[in-house]
Amino acid sequence: MKFPWGGKRARGNGDGGGRIVQGALQKVAHRPASISAFSSILAIVSGLLVGFVIMLIVNPGDAVPGFLTILFGWLSEGSRSVGDMLYFGVPIVLTGLSVAFAFRTGLFNIGATGQLTMGAFTAVYIGVNWGFLGAFHWIVAVLGGMIAGAVWGSIAGLLKAFRNVHEVVSSIMLNYIAMYMNTMLIVQLIYNRQYARARSPLPSAHIPTWFLRDIFPGSSVNIGIFIAIGLTILLHIILNRTVFGYELKSVGFNRDAAKYAGMNAKRNIVLSMTISGALAGIAGAIMFLVAGRHLEPVNQLMQEGFTGIAIALLGLSAPIGVFMAGIFYGALEQGGYYLQLYDFMPEIIDIIIAVIIYFSAFSLFIQTYVAGYLRRKLGAEVELQQGTEIK
Amino acid sequence: MEYVIEMENITKEFPGIKANDQVDLKLKKGEIHALLGENGAGKSTLMSVLFGLYTPDSGTIKVQGKQVFIRNPNDANNLGIGMVHQHFKLVHNFSVTENIILGHEDTTKGFLRYDNAVAKIKNLSEQYKLKVDPSAIIENISVGQQQRVEILKMLYRDADILIFDEPTASLTPQEIDELMKILRNLAEEGKSIILITHKLTEIQQVADRCTILRKGKYIDTVEVAGTSNEELAEKMVGRKVVFDIEKAPAKPGDTVLKVEDLCVRSQHSNTELVRDVSFEAKRGEILCVAGIEGNGQSELIYGLVGLAPLSKGRILLHGSDVTQSSTRNRSLAGISHIPEDRQRHGLVLDFSLEYNLILNSYFEKTYQRQGFLDFKAIRTHAEALIRQYDIRSSHGPLSLARSMSGGNQQKAILGREIDRGSELLIAVQPTRGLDVGAIEFIHKQIIAERDRGKAVLLVSLELDEVMGLSDRILVMYGGELVGEFDPETVTENELGLYMSGARKRGVA
Repeated sequence: MKFPWGGKRARGNGDGGGRIVQGALQKVAHRPASISAFSSILAIVSGLLVGFVIMLIVNPGDAVPGFLTILFGWLSEGSRSVGDMLYFGVPIVLTGLSVAFAFRTGLFNIGATGQLTMGAFTAVYIGVNWGFLGAFHWIVAVLGGMIAGAVWGSIAGLLKAFRNVHEVVSSIMLNYIAMYMNTMLIVQLIYNRQYARARSPLPSAHIPTWFLRDIFPGSSVNIGIFIAIGLTILLHIILNRTVFGYELKSVGFNRDAAKYAGMNAKRNIVLSMTISGALAGIAGAIMFLVAGRHLEPVNQLMQEGFTGIAIALLGLSAPIGVFMAGIFYGALEQGGYYLQLYDFMPEIIDIIIAVIIYFSAFSLFIQTYVAGYLRRKLGAEVELQQGTEIK
Repeated sequence: MEYVIEMENITKEFPGIKANDQVDLKLKKGEIHALLGENGAGKSTLMSVLFGLYTPDSGTIKVQGKQVFIRNPNDANNLGIGMVHQHFKLVHNFSVTENIILGHEDTTKGFLRYDNAVAKIKNLSEQYKLKVDPSAIIENISVGQQQRVEILKMLYRDADILIFDEPTASLTPQEIDELMKILRNLAEEGKSIILITHKLTEIQQVADRCTILRKGKYIDTVEVAGTSNEELAEKMVGRKVVFDIEKAPAKPGDTVLKVEDLCVRSQHSNTELVRDVSFEAKRGEILCVAGIEGNGQSELIYGLVGLAPLSKGRILLHGSDVTQSSTRNRSLAGISHIPEDRQRHGLVLDFSLEYNLILNSYFEKTYQRQGFLDFKAIRTHAEALIRQYDIRSSHGPLSLARSMSGGNQQKAILGREIDRGSELLIAVQPTRGLDVGAIEFIHKQIIAERDRGKAVLLVSLELDEVMGLSDRILVMYGGELVGEFDPETVTENELGLYMSGARKRGVA
């Protein structure tokens, strides 16, 4: 029975597992911005509060200064810590954009971590071996990472479009394939036996810092931040101003209507996953094309890909929102770094972030409640105009 | 104790609208009481209040003379109130008996017992002349029989007050006659019946009294005998209603669409949902495919527009073969399509109205510059259509499609599709669920399209619409065309026989 106040039952598109998560995540993009933004802020505040409570339990004496450090640590050493905040934030912004972009086409790219891994390996391989490229070395390495991520993303897209394999299933499996391949290829191709890790990329492959180290002396910031800003703006324009974005959003909002309108859903699915993968690939390249960071042959999925899901959620799948959420994440990371000054493990920051992620998922329920309440209040009018009978 | 149900001064307000404003409804024992009103008149709200889905803001409900508070559907069931929903709530792979006892099973030590239930069902079906095979599986029996199962379900739960929500919506004329007999039987056996409907002929056929609602307000309760259809309609709509659709005789021209031996196979099983369908649609003519829901009409249209693959056959548009063309190319070749399900196919509900109005043309030069959307052109286009087709919404071009009423959503789709100037307009159930005003408007637009020399292919389940609007009728049953008729000479009854598969003949 369809109660007059009830929402329309979501129309499944016949996919199997992961639809619930996907549906929940997509809802974020489909809600009125005000309700969603409110819930993002609510999630952040709740996460911070729970973090504070945990800190109180662990070390009551230092809880207040520790908490303030988390919040404002990114300011504590002036420009240096601000620079590091940006440095930490960039990969997360990019994986967040990756996940968000796929969301907008109705796809849940849980494979950002695999795409990131492939991008990282490719970038490092180019960075280690192709020194002959000179000034173009880092550019080619980043592009290589981008292409590798794109290829990895497109596999899930192709499977979805032509064999109707759910992208959640295929991209999770591709994550593991990427992880093991990474281990294998590092050992075979770019292994540094002495340190049991990948060789360091040549300095010519490092992401340049331009004038940034002058503005933020002592920090690790590089022009990855400009890449992130540029891509954020680019995606914003694609999604909101172009015919391509119109199509992608149509497919994301209502695949049946997109088919009715003669849009090529298959093409859009493949393109969306490819672009999504490319973004994650760039994130991988930027993460590892720096001095002092090395790919390791360990069988562990890289966390940044999953954090991207939370950031996409917090940023409401809108590029600019994702950018802000990603930098906020960078600030927390940076604050967590200084937590060691007090008697806290920096892991507390992971807990807080986990709680925020948890609450952003939880906020979906709050949103559903708020939206449901509003719908009951306002929607009744609509339903009455539409004349929905008891069905 | 004259009344079994007395609802007095029921008021239910939602922000911005009074869904029910001081509504009264009094049901006598053993009567059939029609509840008449347009979509949005508050019929469903009133019944939701009676069924315990809404709590009224004010007003009282008395059952058998005693004041009651109905908080949820279980309360309603306990008071002997039962409801047959428009869309049946049956488990399709369960037997009739299993469906009837579902939720009220007899058990001994945790094991199901059927004997009592079977006996009771047998008694009930004899007493009320509800013929149905208790061991049949639901999916194997007709819609009319399924409805009888729903009625038995209520009777099995000892309901005395039966609410029927638009019970004839998916029945053939013959099945409707059967249902009317059943309703009368039930009433004679002492059951009290509320019949929610907007079909005046049914009210004339069976109802004793009729309560009319309009825009949430109680208008009147009348004795049906001695009240004409015209009077009822006027009370329902609030103005004089023209029943007949006015149109000039058709002047069929050359063929626009030619379909040869079209077959569409089910995507889930290996059965053909559309079998060897051939016909021609001509300029200046409204060709109607009539039939009961689920006889392949939807699939036929999906096949025509390219949303479902054909397993056989050819489609010729102006003589050129578009059988292998994509949906986009067929649309560009001259097919406009008002889809059956406007919310699923017709609109992107989370897009604004102006975005929805370019859904089939966003890629054209007019609306873009080097891949960038031309917002100005989109707005101009939207404003023109809003004016021309009287599309009403809260924020004009920027209104979310989701927030618009069904009638206005449909006008938007209609405007969008007609505006494209295609030679063939396919309209599938264009007036489904709309109120009288919107229906009139849409019928006029479709006739105007015909008079402009376009070919119109109409698919409709409403016999009134089929008879009134079309120039030529094809009846579809079981995926095949079983007859071709001239609306001037055929009777509704005859059409009904073909629609239910009782008769068939070849189509030229």
